[in-house]
Amino acid sequence: MKQQLVLSVEGYSKAFSLHEQGTVIPSAKDVSLQVYSASLTALVGPTGAGKSSILKGIYRTYLATSGQLFYTMQSGEQVDLVQADEHLILTLRRNEIGFVTQFLHFLPRQPTELVVAQPLIQRGRPVEEALAVARDMLAAMNLPRRLWSISPATFSGGEKQRVNLARGLVARPRLLLLDEPTASLDPITCERVIRQIEELKKEGVAMLAIFHQPELVKRIADRVVELEPPLNGQTQLEDIA
Amino acid sequence: MDEVLSVRGLSKRYGQGCPACYELTGPRFETNLCPRCGSVVAAHDVSFSLYQGEILGIMGESGSGKSTAVKCLYFDEPPSAGSAEFFDQGEAYQLFDLNKAQQRRLANQRFGMVYQNPHLGLNFDISAGGNIAERLLMSNVDNYAKIRQRAISLLSRTEVLAERMDEMPRNFSGGMQQRVQIAKALATNPPLLFLDEVTTGLDLSVQAAILDLILEIQQQSRTSMIVVTHDLGVIRLLADRTLVMKYGRVIESGLTDQILEDPQHAYTQRLVASAL
Repeated sequence: MKQQLVLSVEGYSKAFSLHEQGTVIPSAKDVSLQVYSASLTALVGPTGAGKSSILKGIYRTYLATSGQLFYTMQSGEQVDLVQADEHLILTLRRNEIGFVTQFLHFLPRQPTELVVAQPLIQRGRPVEEALAVARDMLAAMNLPRRLWSISPATFSGGEKQRVNLARGLVARPRLLLLDEPTASLDPITCERVIRQIEELKKEGVAMLAIFHQPELVKRIADRVVELEPPLNGQTQLEDIA
Repeated sequence: MDEVLSVRGLSKRYGQGCPACYELTGPRFETNLCPRCGSVVAAHDVSFSLYQGEILGIMGESGSGKSTAVKCLYFDEPPSAGSAEFFDQGEAYQLFDLNKAQQRRLANQRFGMVYQNPHLGLNFDISAGGNIAERLLMSNVDNYAKIRQRAISLLSRTEVLAERMDEMPRNFSGGMQQRVQIAKALATNPPLLFLDEVTTGLDLSVQAAILDLILEIQQQSRTSMIVVTHDLGVIRLLADRTLVMKYGRVIESGLTDQILEDPQHAYTQRLVASAL
């Protein structure tokens, strides 16, 4: 499959201005990278280098301090995710850009299978059909069947992560952001996740993923971007104001 | 996605007003009381767009102007300045240019309002079913059997026992009164729903049930909603986008997860940091 540029991160920086403490905490600094369809770009680097900040910036959970995030939409049109209208971001989140975070955010009191089916239901798939797809994915993620009908609230870290992955993967986004997708998984489930990622690649999904295990990066990454932690520590807010 | 409501520069001032009102109030001065003339600037220059099926949160503490904005849109209060355009069934309405009768028609048929205080949204002198019937009558449904059937189906949807529909709202618990209010608001299948602190003061379990109900309505009917609250949990659960208000001004707006995880304004940072 021909690889096409889906996302181009250009000079992205993120720093947090904390007013109460009067400090600026630098995170990602002047990062540039590309993500192509049918391939995986791995983000590696020490804690604090701003890996998660890049993913959250792309998803607009964080506002960029500087730089551009050019995303090529399904329609072929290019948009800077830093500047794009909030409604467009919401539409892209629903239809094109998926994010598997380290923490599972879910609606309380909802059974796991419905949590996983949610992205499909939001796109208008009939509930029963969406649930069937969700159940298949939960099985692929090795989550015990007895857990499917209860809320993930009481699940262990590894179980929650499987739910999180299942939800991200059923959505079949064009661009998938993965924040340490295999961090708390046992080796068997980890293998299954890798198989799913390979599958997504074949389907043409573009992926940007944070990994900590070098052997995993070697196995599934097509490109590797290594981040250094920002050199200078925090600065006083008034120094830059 | 279709735009349902476009609000531009909405302001509401109580008092005689003077040219300095807007310049000498707001977060910068930490007051909404004009030092020159004593007028209260409850809301100033509030602008936003609401799309179909979207839930917009307006967050802020008491006196921030969040309820005032919604009351103006529901015609409870006339605004001092600004415009609001409502798009419905191929028509566009300049809300503040309409005459009283037109405003009443929209409020009765195309908007729904749920107040924190059920006394504002319900008539306590008539039964729960009667409250719903009243709204249906005002929107020209006049067949008794049809009205009763609709009231039963609305109350069952909001989990109020049909056997209690002939009881007065005053006999109901706070949570039940809110459910009747929601049923009444939904009676005409309005495309736009205003929810003003609807879970404030209720037990946690009752709050949860009401919030679940609101989400269910949003998912099933694609109703657009404006949710006014001081509760970060409600915002997190319900709102796609959020406006943060203080001293009558919108100090920050954005996607809800961004407001909660990367707040920009000092006040929002403090608010998020103080969440339980």
